[in-house]
Amino acid sequence: MAIATEAPALSKEQLLDMYRRMWAIRRFDTRAYELYREGLMRGTTHAYIGMEAVGVGVCSALRSDDTITSTHRGHGHCIAKGGDIAQMMSELLGKATGYCRGKGGSMHIADVDRGILGANGIVGGGIGIATGSALSASVLGTDRVSICFFGDGALNQGVLHEACNLSAIWKLPVVFVCENNQYAMSARADQFTSVPDPSVRAVAYGIPGVNIDGMDVLAVYRAATEAIGRARAGEGPSFLVATTYRMLGHHVGDPLNYRDKAEVEEWSKKDPIAGFKSYLLGNRVMTEAEAERIEQDVVEQIEQAIEFAKASPDPSPDILMEDIYA
Amino acid sequence: MAVAAAPRTGTRTLTYAEALNEALREEMRRDPTVFVMGEDVAVWGGGGIFGVTKGLVEEFGPERVRDTPISEEIIAASAIGASATGTRPVAEIMYVDFIGLAMEPIVNQAAKMRYMFGGKIKLPVVIRAQEGAGRGNAAQHSQSLEAWFAHIPGLKVAVPSTPYDAKGLLKTAIRDDNPVIFLEHKVLYFTKGEVPEEEYTIPFGAAEVKREGTDVTVVGIHTQVLEALKAADVLAEDGVSVEVIDPRTVSPLDVDAIVQSVKKTGRLVVSHQAYEQGGIGGEIIARVVDAAFDYLDAPPQRVCGKNVPIPYSQPLERAALPYQEEIVDAVRRII
Repeated sequence: MAIATEAPALSKEQLLDMYRRMWAIRRFDTRAYELYREGLMRGTTHAYIGMEAVGVGVCSALRSDDTITSTHRGHGHCIAKGGDIAQMMSELLGKATGYCRGKGGSMHIADVDRGILGANGIVGGGIGIATGSALSASVLGTDRVSICFFGDGALNQGVLHEACNLSAIWKLPVVFVCENNQYAMSARADQFTSVPDPSVRAVAYGIPGVNIDGMDVLAVYRAATEAIGRARAGEGPSFLVATTYRMLGHHVGDPLNYRDKAEVEEWSKKDPIAGFKSYLLGNRVMTEAEAERIEQDVVEQIEQAIEFAKASPDPSPDILMEDIYA
Repeated sequence: MAVAAAPRTGTRTLTYAEALNEALREEMRRDPTVFVMGEDVAVWGGGGIFGVTKGLVEEFGPERVRDTPISEEIIAASAIGASATGTRPVAEIMYVDFIGLAMEPIVNQAAKMRYMFGGKIKLPVVIRAQEGAGRGNAAQHSQSLEAWFAHIPGLKVAVPSTPYDAKGLLKTAIRDDNPVIFLEHKVLYFTKGEVPEEEYTIPFGAAEVKREGTDVTVVGIHTQVLEALKAADVLAEDGVSVEVIDPRTVSPLDVDAIVQSVKKTGRLVVSHQAYEQGGIGGEIIARVVDAAFDYLDAPPQRVCGKNVPIPYSQPLERAALPYQEEIVDAVRRII
């Protein structure tokens, strides 16, 4: 059965796929943490756990030729937009079969053919690129839309101001999606942003500012569909703020001395995957058996991805100087 | 390898600015995905503060010739993003001194996305800016910063000194699938030179011997090519034969051409208007010493901008910059 969402009605297949992708993100980042602790991953990793509804809700409203830019916390965006999990895992382990041939790592995963213009190691680094993607659509006269994911930490980077202004005056088809997970490392959003509701900053640019419950994937989907529709129709950018929560630390090994376990427990009650599961079961879109099968499939898929990654070779130093220039 | 300056037939005399304008016009006609953006590139004075974008909006329309707000970071960053997604932007930063605001997208995104993504993306973006001192524009409007960009793997950096070079290199820059920082010089905009009627491009990494000689190699950047040529005339009167080399691009840098020259002359002087400390001159000398130490008969010399913010008042500005007299003195020190 289809669920009417005041957006294009989603079929059972689509809804179950949303559920599957949310699960895949949760499982992927959980296992990534474990692999890091086993010493198989270097650098660090930034978990999207708790935020799955935002990436999946937005990406479910996109066409395959629409683009996204991501953040350092980008595995969720990549999986949400259909990224290849085996290549992702292999990249995290720095292998030659990785998405980036081992040259990028967790923060630089990209799948340009799928419109994933990269995770980014610079806070706000994707903002200009997303604006540019919308600009090229405008110059070429296509109706492609550009999604810019960024966090509450990037709210106060200067380039966001410039991007909102430029895309407003040029009516660029970009949707700015702020994933307010309450923390930028240890900086609490409610202490480091000058207004309690960041969406009001949209008023300064004359663009629509929208608040979304970022723990509700269908609410995100609805709001995203509307904003994407506006962009596609030539009406210009929108500024969405999805309120969500960063369930784990900023990165592996975060001392987390700056927040209470009690707060985490409160937010866990709003877990987006548990919430969506209960919605789907309650509306008889999905049975328990179907849920279990999806969950098992995801677990297997990710274990296979890990096996593939572990079995893959390291890149040879011979490729060091390749890919610098086209 | 070096290309000797060939006599140019079938040419017209154009200014450096006109030559750049022609390059833009021709490339925009040739490829509909090429577009121009920047502050005051469309309307001001018919197109650009030095006329480089003159008449373009009339021919190509406001979608492809876009005046922007004063927002250097997003000018560069959105040009980079546009280049990643199907277009070939030529973005202008009005004075290279403003490019500091755009360093993040240039250095961390444009220069690195292709590599970080394992070769899966191309970024055919050109970021043009103009450098240089000598007109009393003072410290924040007079710098030469090519060394900043030559330092970053993943970028290409052009520094044309003549109208012929400017046009040929800009066409190449626009056709290149890599991010190019295209650095012009405000004093050079007014200089004139012969530019062929027919289509031509100049490859990157191909220095030009602007004047052949046997006793000393003088490498010049931008205005210093012209100063070196003047110095060569002065020195010729004393029977000193100067070979003047113009690298034309500092990344890629045609070290081979300079090395071949030094193997012939045994002496090297490098001159740029950019501050001496940390300038591209040091890099050029290091590479030449590495390749041709045994051929050097004297220590390499630098004749560069003094390590001082460029002052306003003319006598002070003049004292801060390297002119042909200093090049002559440097050559005399090592002959």
